[in-house]
Amino acid sequence: MHHAGAPHSGVLLILLVVIPAVLLCFYLLAAIRIRHTARWSAWRIASFTTGIVLIGVSMLPPLANWAHHDLRGHMLQHLFLGMFGPLGLVFGCPGTLLLRSVPARTARCFMALLRLRPIRCLIHPITAALLDIGGMYLLYLTPLFALSMVHPALFTLLHLHFVISGYLFTWSIAGPDPAPHRPGRKVRLTVLFLATAAHAILGKVMYGYGYPHGTSASLIEIEAAAQWMYYGGDLAELLLIAAFFAAWFRHRSRLPEALADRSAPESETWPSTAVSGE
Amino acid sequence: MTHAKPLLKPDLKRSLRAALPLGIGFMAAVDEIIFHQILAWHHFFDRGTPAFSLLSDGLLHSAELIFFVVGFFMFMDLRKRCTLDRRSAWAGFFLGLGGFQIFDGLVDHKVLRLHQIRYVENVLPYDLAWNGTGILLLLLGWFLYRRARAAAHPEVES
Repeated sequence: MHHAGAPHSGVLLILLVVIPAVLLCFYLLAAIRIRHTARWSAWRIASFTTGIVLIGVSMLPPLANWAHHDLRGHMLQHLFLGMFGPLGLVFGCPGTLLLRSVPARTARCFMALLRLRPIRCLIHPITAALLDIGGMYLLYLTPLFALSMVHPALFTLLHLHFVISGYLFTWSIAGPDPAPHRPGRKVRLTVLFLATAAHAILGKVMYGYGYPHGTSASLIEIEAAAQWMYYGGDLAELLLIAAFFAAWFRHRSRLPEALADRSAPESETWPSTAVSGE
Repeated sequence: MTHAKPLLKPDLKRSLRAALPLGIGFMAAVDEIIFHQILAWHHFFDRGTPAFSLLSDGLLHSAELIFFVVGFFMFMDLRKRCTLDRRSAWAGFFLGLGGFQIFDGLVDHKVLRLHQIRYVENVLPYDLAWNGTGILLLLLGWFLYRRARAAAHPEVES
């Protein structure tokens, strides 16, 4: 591949290693403070920490350098930054922790911010899926990927986009943090279904037709990278689907028997008024 | 939660429906691990595959993942509510195994022509063995379901 784009540029290290590390410190401090008076599950702490570590590790020199001259390395980076990292972050419930740690008035301001129309559009599952999966189609099937290898600014933006869009998508589908105006389960499940399919199709198209074009990667390298994307994506999506249904069945198990029967996933009677994933 | 009422009747239909996707998922995993990865008989991607097949393959793949998870949660839910009928669940599992095998053998290999079982001159024996196994598994599932029904309603059968 080209070597003009700095593999571990200072900006990227600050954005995806230093800032996440600082966020993790804030998260841990807030969690410890809350645990004095209320419950805050150790699983959430472990989940958030894993997310931050996965993102940080994929930007550190061993993996970042490998990713710069080998497409397989890039794909591993992509899986960590865009799928497994965000999964860990979202299920650490950083939003809930933030809302509980700030004064009530500030918390209300945050929620009011989320209800603003542009923000509401941005965090809608359809927008999030288009940004996340649509962005990948754009990246790998157009010359964008080759361009990002020679333009450091584009390279930085791309990696940042992986994390943010991955987080947005995961949160909008099954995130346990509060999300005002979140659409009902049927809409979210449909989006999840189509996004999973789109991801699998992209993996096969890349394998079959040797995308991304315009790099010096050999066909064998591309084929391996595409298969990693396909199977790695499967695993991440399986986790997301499991989280989605875990929340559904947890809700259902709190309902009385008669209502619970009606809200079984196979009967399509779920009212689309659920506000949060829990 | 106190769902463990002693007089709860096992739910045959739901036990069958919960185990069905588990069977499908299990067979899909067997196909993936043995035929794609270990034996490498199947191809991950066939350059002769038309675009429409690629699209429907992606949708099917996604549906499989979702059904598998739903089946798992339904199964756990039935167990928690003590309404799981074991025989019926095994029947569902085998119907799922056979159903996937037949579906893969007929729709994926023949209608959509995603890939063949093995890239040899005469694929017919492979196809026959593949679909024959599927039919056997389906029959086994059907037989198990009849036994589950007979065990649940002894008065109907006698």
